[in-house]
Amino acid sequence: MSVENSRELGLFRVLRDDHSQDPAVSVPDAVVLRAYREMRRLRILDAKMILLQRQGRVGFYGACTGQEAVPIGTALALEADDWVYPALREQSVMLVRGFPLTQFIAQVFGNSGDVQKGRQMPSHHSGRSVNQVSWSSNIGPQIMQAVGTAWAMKLQKKSSIAVGFMGDGATSQGDFHSAMNFAGVFKTPCVLICQNNHWSISVPTAKQTASATIAIKGLAYAVPSCRVDGNDLLAVYAAVKEAADDARAGKGTTFIECLTYRIGAHSTSDDPSRYRTDEEVESWKRKDPVDRLRNHLVHRGLLDDAKDAALEAELTDEVNEAVKVAEAFPAPSRESLFDDVYQELPWFLQEQKEELRRAPPAPSHGG
Amino acid sequence: MTQMNMVQAITDALRLEMRRDPRVVVLGEDVGKVGGVFRVTQGLYDEFGEDRVIDTPLSEGGIIGAAIGMALYGLVPVPEIQFSDFIFPAYDQIVSELAKMRYRSGGEYVSKLVIRTPVGGGIRGGLYHSQSPESLFIHVSGLKVVCPSTPEDAKGLLLSAIRDPDPVLFFEPKRIYRASKGDVPEGDYTVPIGKARIAREGDDVTVLAWGAMLYEAMAAAEQASEQGVEAEIVDLRTLWPVDIDTIVESVKKTGRVVVVHEAPRTCGFGAELVSLVTERAFLHLEAPPVRVTGFDTPFPYTLEMDYLPLAHRILPALLETAKF
Ligand SMILES: Cc1ncc(C[n+]2csc(CCOP(=O)(O)OP(=O)(O)O)c2C)c(N)n1
Repeated sequence: MSVENSRELGLFRVLRDDHSQDPAVSVPDAVVLRAYREMRRLRILDAKMILLQRQGRVGFYGACTGQEAVPIGTALALEADDWVYPALREQSVMLVRGFPLTQFIAQVFGNSGDVQKGRQMPSHHSGRSVNQVSWSSNIGPQIMQAVGTAWAMKLQKKSSIAVGFMGDGATSQGDFHSAMNFAGVFKTPCVLICQNNHWSISVPTAKQTASATIAIKGLAYAVPSCRVDGNDLLAVYAAVKEAADDARAGKGTTFIECLTYRIGAHSTSDDPSRYRTDEEVESWKRKDPVDRLRNHLVHRGLLDDAKDAALEAELTDEVNEAVKVAEAFPAPSRESLFDDVYQELPWFLQEQKEELRRAPPAPSHGG
Repeated sequence: MTQMNMVQAITDALRLEMRRDPRVVVLGEDVGKVGGVFRVTQGLYDEFGEDRVIDTPLSEGGIIGAAIGMALYGLVPVPEIQFSDFIFPAYDQIVSELAKMRYRSGGEYVSKLVIRTPVGGGIRGGLYHSQSPESLFIHVSGLKVVCPSTPEDAKGLLLSAIRDPDPVLFFEPKRIYRASKGDVPEGDYTVPIGKARIAREGDDVTVLAWGAMLYEAMAAAEQASEQGVEAEIVDLRTLWPVDIDTIVESVKKTGRVVVVHEAPRTCGFGAELVSLVTERAFLHLEAPPVRVTGFDTPFPYTLEMDYLPLAHRILPALLETAKF
């Protein structure tokens, strides 16, 4: 095998430039159609959330625009009992796995419609109903936790697996290396997925690591690894499915580097024009994962312009309607501040809760 | 004198010291070309180049560990931790290594560096972009801890910190990064480490505060004044080693003390301050010392204004303590 074709240094692609696909890989019609719908909805949702942030209606948002194929492709390759540990840009996995859109958006508003009770910043979703655990904000810790959950599944002889996501920046953290090492040593049923979107805020991947690819790091830990075109839904789906099958079959963890690009700002607090060129962004827009899948669906005879326009309208309505419902929930009560610190309220928190009750109302933000 | 906000004042101090002392290097995540996510290191990369203003891989343990090694060899690193909430991957390097280097080597090896990091809430940052972890570092012998509240102090204290012989944690209250504006002297000057500032004089109750909460205490003091209570506000500026003389002198005058901090109450720095005051001015106290602090919960997202010890919670504490 030549170096360029190796799993760690090459690039696994299924979609071709002429919109056909590599016939060696088959992804059912139902899966690609569902994936397209989910990716379209996610793009609409992200745009809407960024708009709400600009209007001051939500506090923050981290979009995954340009990277939709990775969370959506992964979500569709999993079983209901599998667990998911996202980083910043994979919240949407839970939507594909059945989490209600209104509750998802309520998290962004941080109001009482949010299962997390408004405790976390936007883009830090979790949902017990769909086995998704939120990242904290800290870059790295969830990778190790995914391995731990997978390990528990193995010890309990379950057939489920755990998936842990990370950005390219996260591979510089100690937790990444601990996770890969544990995954290798204990052969945990896990899929670790790195979204290499070329930037960690303003730091390019080339300054993040001197390795030729991120996937190659897996070799040293004896964790089978591969590098995948992350803007190719079929490739992501097929790679994750194979990795998940391997994990279920007792072959341990696979590490997948998905090569993609963050089209938008790092978050609503960032201005990318300070550190990267428009040309670079434009060149990646030409490889847009949603466009590529759309062209493939047309090529496959599953989609035409009329159907596509109808889908767009339907999904826009769905998102707008969900925003309306989600925004209407009241803020969490201020006493709820003290819930869930411990299972029972200890004496000092009881006292502090009383203190808060006696306090005058707090000013609003900016007031 | 030039009007500056705190961000500009800190940049000014870094630029001045980097020009003066070639051993000074800045390193951290996004500190280079983009000038830091809060733009504190803006312009430094262009002036001093990538060998002195270094974008590192995303690893706080890596940043601080490397800075310690650089410092042992004679550089003067000023690493930035992007948010003080993200300092914990480096906690081992700071607590086990940095703080103890001088002691464990019998004074032969000193790792002199200044860790700059934004601190505090009120910016809709949720659990991990809002915390105030100062007491976790004050508790560790061997570290100095500074937290300015004005642009002038920020510049003068940072210059002192970089020239100080010991490692310093320099907490920058990000809620007032741009909101605090003031005259800043041009050129070189220092504000000594270990000296507090009387931000407001008064005879009725002493308030100990720092960082962003200083302004909340000031606002509460003005409202208390309308009700006949004059608070004396001590801006600690250096948290450790704290200016014990200024504190004790003020408490002896007023006989009452209120401590304000954003961090949770239990084992917060307020606990230490109250102990110090009680030990030294017990017979002068005319009311129990009071702490107005963040609650003993993680830092919340939506309810952060209820969580923070803002003026609306400080005012009743001032009035009650004064009238006790
Ligand atoms: C421990 C820690 N350090 C720093 C940060 C600040 N920060 C937030 S996102 C980010 C870059 C992350 O890059 P990457 O892992 O590549 O993910 P991406 O945002 O590109 O998806 C940084 C430095 C953080 N959240 N946690």
